[in-house]
Amino acid sequence: MNAAVPADTPASGTPAVPAEVLHPRSYLHEGSTLRSWLTTLDHKRIALLYMISITLFFFIGGCAAGLIRLQLMTPNGQLVDDRTYTELFTAHGIIMVWFFLIPSIPATLGNFLLPLMIGAKEVAFPRLNLTSWYIYTVGGVIVVLTLLSGGVDTGWTFYTPLSTLFSNTRVILAATAVFVVGFSTILTGLNFIVTVHRLRAPGMTWFRLPLFVWAQYTTSAIMVLATPVLAMTLILMVFERITRIGIFDPSLGGDPLLFQHLFWFYSHPAVYIMVVPAMGVASEIIPCFARKSVFGYRAMAYAMIGIGVIGFLVWGHHMFVSGQSSFASDVFSILSFVVAVPSAIKVFNWTATLYKGSIELSAPMLYALGFVGLFMIGGLSGLFLAATALDVDLHATYFVIAHFHYIMVGGTVMAYLGGLHFWWPKIVGRMYPERWARIAAWLIFIGFNLTFYPQFLLGLAGMPRRYHHYAPQFQLLNELSSTGAGVLALGYLLPLVYLIWAMRRGARAPDNPWGATGLEWRTSSPPPKENFETIPRVTGGPYDYHPSGQRA
Amino acid sequence: MNPFDPFPPAASTMAPQVDHLFIALLAMCGLVAVTITVVIVVFVVRYRRGSRADRSNPPTGAFWLEVGWAGTPLAVFFVVFIWSTSIFSRFYRPPADSTQIYVMAKQWMWRIQHANGRREINQLHVPLGYPVKLIMSSQDVIHSFYVPAFRIKQDVLPGRFTYLWFQPTQLGRFTFACAQFCGIQHYAMGGQVIVMRPADYERWLAAGSEQPGLVARGAALFRQSGCSGCHEPGSSVHAPDLHALYGQPVHLADGSTVLADDNYLLDCMLEPANQRVLGYAPVMPSFKGQLTQDDLDALITFIKSGQAP
Amino acid sequence: MSEVAEHFGTRENQNEATEFGMWVFLATELMFFGGLLLGYAYVRHRDPTGFAEASRHTDLVIGTANTAVLLTSALLMSLAIRAAQLLRHRQLMLFLSLAALLGLLFLGLKGYEYHDDIDQGLVPWLGAGFHFPGPHRATAALFFYLYYALTAVHALHLSIAVCVVGIYLWRLRRRSVAAFTQQIVVTGLYWHFVDAMWVLLYTLIYVVGPR
Repeated sequence: MNAAVPADTPASGTPAVPAEVLHPRSYLHEGSTLRSWLTTLDHKRIALLYMISITLFFFIGGCAAGLIRLQLMTPNGQLVDDRTYTELFTAHGIIMVWFFLIPSIPATLGNFLLPLMIGAKEVAFPRLNLTSWYIYTVGGVIVVLTLLSGGVDTGWTFYTPLSTLFSNTRVILAATAVFVVGFSTILTGLNFIVTVHRLRAPGMTWFRLPLFVWAQYTTSAIMVLATPVLAMTLILMVFERITRIGIFDPSLGGDPLLFQHLFWFYSHPAVYIMVVPAMGVASEIIPCFARKSVFGYRAMAYAMIGIGVIGFLVWGHHMFVSGQSSFASDVFSILSFVVAVPSAIKVFNWTATLYKGSIELSAPMLYALGFVGLFMIGGLSGLFLAATALDVDLHATYFVIAHFHYIMVGGTVMAYLGGLHFWWPKIVGRMYPERWARIAAWLIFIGFNLTFYPQFLLGLAGMPRRYHHYAPQFQLLNELSSTGAGVLALGYLLPLVYLIWAMRRGARAPDNPWGATGLEWRTSSPPPKENFETIPRVTGGPYDYHPSGQRA
Repeated sequence: MNPFDPFPPAASTMAPQVDHLFIALLAMCGLVAVTITVVIVVFVVRYRRGSRADRSNPPTGAFWLEVGWAGTPLAVFFVVFIWSTSIFSRFYRPPADSTQIYVMAKQWMWRIQHANGRREINQLHVPLGYPVKLIMSSQDVIHSFYVPAFRIKQDVLPGRFTYLWFQPTQLGRFTFACAQFCGIQHYAMGGQVIVMRPADYERWLAAGSEQPGLVARGAALFRQSGCSGCHEPGSSVHAPDLHALYGQPVHLADGSTVLADDNYLLDCMLEPANQRVLGYAPVMPSFKGQLTQDDLDALITFIKSGQAP
Repeated sequence: MSEVAEHFGTRENQNEATEFGMWVFLATELMFFGGLLLGYAYVRHRDPTGFAEASRHTDLVIGTANTAVLLTSALLMSLAIRAAQLLRHRQLMLFLSLAALLGLLFLGLKGYEYHDDIDQGLVPWLGAGFHFPGPHRATAALFFYLYYALTAVHALHLSIAVCVVGIYLWRLRRRSVAAFTQQIVVTGLYWHFVDAMWVLLYTLIYVVGPR
């Protein structure tokens, strides 16, 4: 093992001069009043606004998860009653999906880095960017109101006719919150697409874009095309709830499966909104700490596009036992296997990137490798669910819960944290404490596996999801899972503490502490308001790393 | 129950087939996961910064290698797909001689009705070694009938029938559960499948048939509800013959052809306008709201029995 | 000349970015209508006869008139864009005003049609008393459900478009065309989308089967 890089030692090639001496004021010093933050049009500040908001929601959603795991410590737990339990898992789902995971990497790291990485001074539409955050905030306020006024008991999926005819909770309010926050997603996506198309620096051709940018671009396309379908679906659901007539109600000749088709037409691509940006983060961190160009750059870019496109055609694999035709199930099954191929390519290529590298296991790298491992398990378990005959047994059991948490928490949250560490010096101009960061990475990795691996077994044992009480033979596995959740919670609190601590007390960060190659490292840490004093001219690919140390 | 062995037995003809596929896929995925993990660990150790490993000519891509590791999974996936689909198709092909049992789900209970009229709640008695076909519908929201030991599951929808069939291979009691979230007491909506020796099953069935069988009830309803007024042979109204209707193709006025299955019959009674039969005037009224799900089940069983005129 | 935002570098880049942004937004809009159109396809496929029967109860005259109104407004909007590009202030004001007036006329006619529908009892919501004789009542209820949903969502879009044009007309009173050329072009794009959507809805709603 190498020793931790002392935080105040700049990486090779970067002069050890405090940033302020060489550079003008950073974006953080362009006004410190609350007003200056709430009216800012600077993509970097908006990224921070988003970061604060989603962190808040991450911990609200996390508290719900904690209560769920506490309730499930015993088979007939009485910590919360069944109504509260239902409202807890619904709140957990709604908040984590729409108020944390979907905006997580795009709206924070993406907002901050996308213009920097392509050598732009801003995103294309700064006002739209700020509007997007305000819309998110309005949605957030509504979702908090929903919780305070009694919560929702439909599950985050809002299946009809439960949501339209049989629930007496705050369905309309919750749907409004999701509807509203969808527009913030759309605006972010629209902004990113135009930014990548029109604002690349001279010489920044499409195949010189960092993979993180490719990831954001793919994600944005999904955001723009899938989110409006959810918006309309929610309108129809709410309208049907109010007027008691609609196309989802079988008593009029409607079909509740229509709702599921529409819902998953959005919600399956939404999974890729959550995980493709995470792939982008890993693709930046791994080459940097392996000191090697990413293996098969073009394949990596095409794989993400492939995932984005095929991802629109697999929604029916959520419905193998729903009553859709077996022919439809077969088609969705084969397409679901096909969409696994680009993900496999990515895992192989990340692994191959390590070959003949010069690997340093610093904190961001630990997170990134943790991401690869957990994403791989998540992806492989997805194959079981893509196989119709197995999904019949596993559908709606804890196997599914474990599978998608491996993708979304093991994958996305791990990568998000890795990205936060990797770019924290750039964002706040200070280094985080490396040792604590490594401890947190290991804690999260262990806590995560302890929480969710037993859930695979629970699913195989036949424990259905969304159960308030369960059969006694499932207790041991549930206890393991709940214990793991405790470790995981601790692991998540650590970065919250030390990253905030580092904002004031951390050692000053040089412009390029990791010796990384992206354009974002060619400006000061933190960057000035206009990002670059002179727009960089790009002459080569994004990962000009050399394991033996010398630069080309 | 043993807390260290929570896994259900494989107690139906379908279960071992599903398990074999599962084990094969698990072996394959396990191999991939272990290999990748080992390779990552080896690389991380061997190429740790400062090690003396050979780093000459680091590759940044290898076209054919990448084609290989894209193509190999695709080929393997295709095999798995074929295997899985061949099992899956059996879920949709219940043997013709299956014992038919009606299942009605509502918040938060399962009501089971056997062909001879015997009813039970949250329990399902079935004979060992004989195929059983469940004809299921819901009175309110979507539920899902799930028997872990049989490896089967099917959502149960309002307004239409879905089917599930199995052939038990072990005597005993097996848990069934609702697997589709259906409201706050979703977790309480379970029960047991009780697999009995065929002779015991016959005895059990006969013991509880104080109510008329489904066919008899259907016949009575057929008269009471006024169906016979038009569908009797001597009727002055020109209405389709129901005698040998079940399982036959029906030609509709819009040029399409549908199979006269349970869902078709249900639709005809609830939404007759949607299923205009070629050559008949659309005069049949809707019976929506006038017949309970039990009544509908009885009428359909009556028509299926071939005793309808 | 309006300012060029610094990060765009050149005016051409800003113009193209704005126009491209609108195209991306229109893609979103199209998908937004998509959910409703799927519902439409489902109901129509399920009972084509009843669907056509219900369609015959819509007001073909107003529907057709409205199509003519919007298509004319599309022509005027195109002329307005050309006037903006040629910096002809008075022509621009004229064409924009006429297009907006036709938009309002459309909304007025639509409102009148709704009023008529309500009078005829073609409102499927519970309590309103849905009057539809014959065996296709259920399908007709869903047809009118979709009819109101589709046309109301469309009318909402048109209202927004008219408001935006109104805002530009207001601002053009004092300022020169040059400041708005690109905004007018982009607004025109949106206007054309709303028009095209109507042509689609017209064929889907009013002319399902022979009358």
